[in-house]
Amino acid sequence: MINAILVFNNHGKPRLVRFYRHLAEEAQQQILRDTFHMVLRRDEHVCNFLECGSLFGSPDCKLIYRHYATLYFVFCVDSSESELGILDLIQVFVETLDKCFENVCELDLIFHMDKVHYILQEVVIGGMVLETNMNEIVAQAEAQSKLEKAEVSGSVWGLERGAQVWAQGRLGSGYHAGASVLWGGGRRELVALRVSQPAHPQGKAHRVGAPHWGVQGAASMQVLLCCQG
Amino acid sequence: MALKMVKGSIDRMFDKNLQDLVRGIRNHKEDEAKYISQCIDEIKQELKQDNIAVKANAVCKLTYLQMLGYDISWAAFNIIEVMSASKFTFKRIGYLAASQCFHEGTDVIMLTTNQIRKDLSSPNQYDTGVALTGLSCFVTPDLARDLANDIMTLMSHTKPYIRKKAVLIMYKVFLKYPESLRPAFPRLKEKLEDPDPGVQSAAVNVICELARRNPKNYLSLAPLFFKLMTSSTNNWVLIKIIKLFGALTPLEPRLGKKLIEPLTNLIHSTSAMSLLYECVNTVIAVLISLSSGMPNHSASIQLCVQKLRILIEDSDQNLKYLGLLAMSKILKTHPKSVQSHKDLILQCLDDKDESIRLRALDLLYGMVSKKNLMEIVKKLMIHVDKAEGTTYRDELLTKIIDICSQSNYQYITNFEWYISILVELTRLEGTRHGHLIAAQMLDVAIRVKAIRKFAVSQMAMLLDNAHLIASNTQRNGICEVLYAAAWICGEFSEHLEEANQTLEAMLRPKVTTLPGHIQAVYVQNMVKLYASILQQKEQAGEKEAAQEITQLMIERLPQFVQSADLEVQERASCILQLIKYIQKLQVKEVPVAEEVIALFAGELNPVAPKAQKKVPVPEGLDLDAWINEPPSDSESEDEKPKTIFHDEEQRHSKPRHPEMDEEELARRREARKQEQANNPFYIKSSPSPQKRYQDTPGVEHIPVVQIDLSVPLKVPGMPMSDQYVKLEEERRHKQKLEKDKKKKKQKKEKRGKHHRHNSLHTESEEDIAPAHHVDIITEEMPENALPSDEDDKDPNDPYKALDIDLDKPLADSEKLPVQRHRNAEALKMPESEVPPVEKKSKKPKKKEKKHKEKEKDKGKKKEKEKKVVEEEEEEKKEEDLDFWLSTAPPPGSAAQPQSGPQTSAAVASEPEGVKKEEREEQQEEEEEDEGKKSSKHKKKKHKKEKEEKSKDKKKSKKKHHHSEEEMAESVQNGTLDDEPLPPMSSYRLLAENPYIKTTYDIQGNLQNDSQVTVSVIFENKSTSFLKSMELNVLDSLNTKMLRPEGSSVHDGIPVPFQLPPGISNEAQFVFTLQSIVMAQKLKGTLSFIVKNDEGSTHEKLDFKLHFSCASYLITTPCYSDAFAKLLESGDLHMSSIKVDGISISFQHLLAKICFHHHFSVVERVDSCASMYSRSIQGHHVCLLVKKGENSVSIDGKCSDPTLLSNLLDEMKETLSKC
Repeated sequence: MINAILVFNNHGKPRLVRFYRHLAEEAQQQILRDTFHMVLRRDEHVCNFLECGSLFGSPDCKLIYRHYATLYFVFCVDSSESELGILDLIQVFVETLDKCFENVCELDLIFHMDKVHYILQEVVIGGMVLETNMNEIVAQAEAQSKLEKAEVSGSVWGLERGAQVWAQGRLGSGYHAGASVLWGGGRRELVALRVSQPAHPQGKAHRVGAPHWGVQGAASMQVLLCCQG
Repeated sequence: MALKMVKGSIDRMFDKNLQDLVRGIRNHKEDEAKYISQCIDEIKQELKQDNIAVKANAVCKLTYLQMLGYDISWAAFNIIEVMSASKFTFKRIGYLAASQCFHEGTDVIMLTTNQIRKDLSSPNQYDTGVALTGLSCFVTPDLARDLANDIMTLMSHTKPYIRKKAVLIMYKVFLKYPESLRPAFPRLKEKLEDPDPGVQSAAVNVICELARRNPKNYLSLAPLFFKLMTSSTNNWVLIKIIKLFGALTPLEPRLGKKLIEPLTNLIHSTSAMSLLYECVNTVIAVLISLSSGMPNHSASIQLCVQKLRILIEDSDQNLKYLGLLAMSKILKTHPKSVQSHKDLILQCLDDKDESIRLRALDLLYGMVSKKNLMEIVKKLMIHVDKAEGTTYRDELLTKIIDICSQSNYQYITNFEWYISILVELTRLEGTRHGHLIAAQMLDVAIRVKAIRKFAVSQMAMLLDNAHLIASNTQRNGICEVLYAAAWICGEFSEHLEEANQTLEAMLRPKVTTLPGHIQAVYVQNMVKLYASILQQKEQAGEKEAAQEITQLMIERLPQFVQSADLEVQERASCILQLIKYIQKLQVKEVPVAEEVIALFAGELNPVAPKAQKKVPVPEGLDLDAWINEPPSDSESEDEKPKTIFHDEEQRHSKPRHPEMDEEELARRREARKQEQANNPFYIKSSPSPQKRYQDTPGVEHIPVVQIDLSVPLKVPGMPMSDQYVKLEEERRHKQKLEKDKKKKKQKKEKRGKHHRHNSLHTESEEDIAPAHHVDIITEEMPENALPSDEDDKDPNDPYKALDIDLDKPLADSEKLPVQRHRNAEALKMPESEVPPVEKKSKKPKKKEKKHKEKEKDKGKKKEKEKKVVEEEEEEKKEEDLDFWLSTAPPPGSAAQPQSGPQTSAAVASEPEGVKKEEREEQQEEEEEDEGKKSSKHKKKKHKKEKEEKSKDKKKSKKKHHHSEEEMAESVQNGTLDDEPLPPMSSYRLLAENPYIKTTYDIQGNLQNDSQVTVSVIFENKSTSFLKSMELNVLDSLNTKMLRPEGSSVHDGIPVPFQLPPGISNEAQFVFTLQSIVMAQKLKGTLSFIVKNDEGSTHEKLDFKLHFSCASYLITTPCYSDAFAKLLESGDLHMSSIKVDGISISFQHLLAKICFHHHFSVVERVDSCASMYSRSIQGHHVCLLVKKGENSVSIDGKCSDPTLLSNLLDEMKETLSKC
């Protein structure tokens, strides 16, 4: 079993923290720090295994790590995992990231932590190795991001955001706008837009929003605004 | 343009996505916490919005903050909202957040059950996948129970992507809901042979994980894994399987033998280091399990060690590390093969890599022997000096101590050397392990009596040089040794040469800078020292010197009285008072030394750490019981007890005053000693402690080696311990020379025998005699300590719950809970409420279809059949494993005791018993009678049992009981009601006279179609002794008694036992038959001798042995399908009877038929039942029993009409008795 997967940089800043057993946030951060200090002490050309003793509470726990440029990838495993096997797995994981992000660097991990998690979920779930074949992992990860893209650009998310931005542009500062798709399908969408002005002189948030908003395509938006008093 | 303006003006509230958050945090390095709390406020606002997209965005940001260590559990409900979004994009965000922060304590988690179930059954495989992934992280016992069935269904999903995920999640489900393991296991096993390699790998993964914790339950899968191992090319799977075998071999040595060859082949052939390494590891495990050194395995061990050496010598540090790791496993069983690579391992101590150095140290730990301990420790001491980092040096220090102290100082031949090593170690600056050294010093000084003198001298020097140690700025570390030094000097002060000097050293003002607990020990032990000095001086008659020393104490003690440490202060002031009092007495010239020294009389012995736990609770002591009745609420604060308490307090206050007179003290001490002597739980010192104390124990054990006590603590040049190494070498050399001389002599005397011995043990550690006689005091345990070893078991081990027998067939009740709608229909038909899940698990499609076709009320029946089928399968599996493991031919039909000729009657009756026994057991356990399968092994076991049983005088009674049980079971099998059944016995009266009563029962024989066994119970009713019983029958053409070979048809068969008064016993006789279609009667005689006080008489008893047709039948279960086919076949003859006036219940009726006529119920519907039985010659007998109001009609079908009509006649007779 893999107990935890930690990715952090040379300064110990976490880039990915994945525990497969529940631990409180403070405990997680403590382990992260301890692991960082243990790994940091080690030279470049020493072995990639570290006995971490009581770090995780179980005596047969081991840290297996690899250091790539600015990042440390640390897997914390118990005795049922093959040390060299996990070392290979880290390599597979990193290569997969490289493929998915196209020349991965630390910045990719910094800004797309969620995406890194989704890729990791195709490699390890619940502390057990799911897939070791890189092509398979990449294929599944890409299929899912494609699905996501389809959903976003198929507009609901785009449309809602578009509506918000558009409304805010119209109303100027001091208004908060929220939009949600009421009915969607094909090219016609019905979006509810709710606009509120918290900075209203009376201090009363009042709804200026128009309940109905017909949209034909994302490009041409028309809005009916009726003020409520 | 407008857009840009907006972005700038409105605080980017709705805009801020994960990237913005990260950017923001990076831009606010100096006030990160503040910025984040601001962000969290924004997120809280966003979460209040109805827009799911905004919510999802917020949750995504929260996930990031969770990584930074922020608790986001407050948003659990919002996370669930996002999880239940219809869009995959949001759902995924929700599940990710949940997987990061949900756990068993999250209360809203129970709201997710239905959402997760919905997602699991989503048509979109990625929805399912995301739900599974999330679930793997936060599954709770409740979720596991509710969703186990859904996940199990997914294990057979069409998409391998889902299948493999589902398989892996099942492991988590098993952990949280162990009851699911057995119902789900068949399908999991199926997945081992899934066409998709990923699914296969997942299944291997899960089973390996399960088997690692409870290997014995998975032994039966060994053949399957073996097949996978030899066929798979996936290294990942291979590694897992090989690891699994490593866990299984200790349980089944035969498996190991089978594995050696393929594993060695893999070792030779594979290029993957990971695989090679795991193979070596498993070979090692195999070799450990085959503990006896088989000649051809030394080659395997050599191969392993050789490969490991290659790994260790490799430039890749990882391989080096693993090589050492594996080496340490070999070390445990084959230390010799590893010790030859000592050079290599010592080399690794110099490696720049700490992990490798630590591994090498571990290896050294196991490699030490009496011979090389000093040498190895010397090398380690050099490393200690060289070591740079304190952590590694500390590690070295603990290792040195571990190595030396392992298994009760087994390898230490010279304790003076060890003490010197410990003293040398105190020179380490800044070590954290001062307390370890101190503990060792104490332990050695207490447990090795012979060393005390030397230890005391060394400790005295340490105290003298305390300033060197205590001057260290890192006080917490090494000064701990002073604690030990002070205690040893005090406790064993009788060994101290310069007690005065040591006392003075302890009274130095510098001491007050030591930590409090050390000062406290100083103070306490000063008094011990003082006491012994006082005694010395008094005995020598130097009164002035004695007074001087008292004066010194009185002068110096006040510095401790002023101590800020409470313990030190208290002890010091007590002692100061005591010494002042002594001074008074001294002035009056009263000898006080005896009394003072008595304060510390008695020896302190080590107590085992477990001792307290092992003290047995005395009989009759209930620790939970109230000592007094619990006070009732109404009786609050009575006045009486208060006053009593008050009185006592006053009375006692005076004598408690420190100025207690000496007499009183002595008296009390005596009383306490008496009390202790009578107290079994007080750990007593060895006989007469006081005497022992004064007699300076073990004078004869004082070390052989002369020690120059003037050696200062720090010897310039060579450290002290090195001297011992030299000395030891010399000593050994001398010993060896002597030995050689002896050997030569011995060799001349007896050559052959000794030669072999020597070749085995050349220079083994046994040859090295310790430098001085050491008697290590073992740790004391309370008398009659409970010999339990359950101390280390953790009751909270989550894996313990998974220790489940998987080979046992599934019971009806074992199924995964399935969610159902509550409806009225279900209440009407309770049967429909039990959709047998395990059926699906086996052969999903076929069975399901069948199930649907069947009527609902037949469901139960089917389950039962299914169970039987499964049992059969399991049985086969088990035999498969045995067969697969054994290289010998299968036991099969071999060894059937009946087939051979029988030489004596006693023998003749025994194997019959064996068979009967066996049959009974099979009926009980398996409800099937394929006796041919039973292995040789089983038979042997039964034979033994039988032998034991025949000795058992109460056997016949047991038999009765037994048959009742059997009957009860067959009824359970057939009917559903729970009415109590009247006791029934199949034993019928054979004959009776005033002396003896005989009853008998006839059972068909399983293995032989023409034999029946007659069991006869002989019961002695008289007050006389019955012996020489002999049973004879008049054979008919058809039925003959089986007699031992060579005896004529007229000879009787002796009953193999005698009967004392009032005792009964059973004997068995075998009869051969030709035709079984008719009942028969055989006339016979039992002759016996009655012996009593008046003499002995010869008696005879005639009887008629009635072989009913039912006795040729064997209870055989039949499945309704087979039964239907049989009836349809049309080969059977039919006949029927009707009996009127039946009043007993239908259940009892069936039970009677089952019991007396050896039928089994195939199916029962209301007051109609079909029954089946088979004759020993293979006739099928089918019955349809219908009960009317007062009558019963039985339609029978049988392949033989005569047999049928006879059977029905018998049945009629039985029923008419009802």
